[in-house]
Amino acid sequence: MSSTPALLDNAQKIPLNPPLSKGEAEGRGISDRILPSMLAAMLGLTLLYAAGFAETAQLHNAAHDGRHSASFPCH
Amino acid sequence: MFNLTTFRELLIAALWTGLLAGLLLTAVQQIQVIPTLLQAEAYEAATTVANAENSHEHHEWQPENGWERTFFTAVANISLGVGFALLLGSVMCLRGRPGSWRIGLLWGLAGYLTFFVAPSLGLPPEVPGTEAAKLADRQSWWLITVLDTGFGLSLLAFALTKTNKFFGAVLLVAPHLISAPQPEVHSSAAPAELAQAFIVATVVANAVFWLAIGGLLGRFYKKES
Repeated sequence: MSSTPALLDNAQKIPLNPPLSKGEAEGRGISDRILPSMLAAMLGLTLLYAAGFAETAQLHNAAHDGRHSASFPCH
Repeated sequence: MFNLTTFRELLIAALWTGLLAGLLLTAVQQIQVIPTLLQAEAYEAATTVANAENSHEHHEWQPENGWERTFFTAVANISLGVGFALLLGSVMCLRGRPGSWRIGLLWGLAGYLTFFVAPSLGLPPEVPGTEAAKLADRQSWWLITVLDTGFGLSLLAFALTKTNKFFGAVLLVAPHLISAPQPEVHSSAAPAELAQAFIVATVVANAVFWLAIGGLLGRFYKKES
């Protein structure tokens, strides 16, 4: 009779989610932060290029005042 | 695996930040930046008419002066705002989110120094009609200066050892020792006072723009719950 509660005691000591191994933890870090931030940075650079640097005449003329104001090398 | 929630939070915060900061910049520009640009264009047009025989300009589409031009400038400003906010936010995402607009202001200050002050020390903001070195050379120097200043400031702020902080300081100074590309002859269609007024106007407008980007991003890009 006394063996059943003892088994339960032991069961409670085993964590439900075992700690992540080092490799797994790093993998999760990459998925949580590095990839999203890299994607955001690439998107940001693309926007900055289009608005600030692209030499297409129409884009240049549309963004002309913004480029001068931001002091991007223009013309 | 790609964490979509992390990306979506950053994207939404950057979109709102860029929209509001871009609209604010458009309003601030109307005070001094745009009037100075228009005056300089009048001088440039006068010079161009005088040299009309040598002109090879093509007549591409450009927005009409007035509301149309202001609208496209606002679109450009918002694009720059969202772009800068995405870059600043991507660094915040790695370093830890600021969690308040006050700390966001410090990030905005870092962006202002990196993307405006440092490159402007070598290549000051110019009104149309100013002689300048080859565009590709200026763009290269601009890009190198921005990268050096960004990494340099990061090292100064976050590096743990004195040696690394020292390298940060070296990076800040290095592009200015190389010195920015200059034209063979300095000349401008607009008078010097106008060029000076334009520098003052952009120094103020970009400070407002960057502090808005930093402060708003600090507010919108909340800490993970």
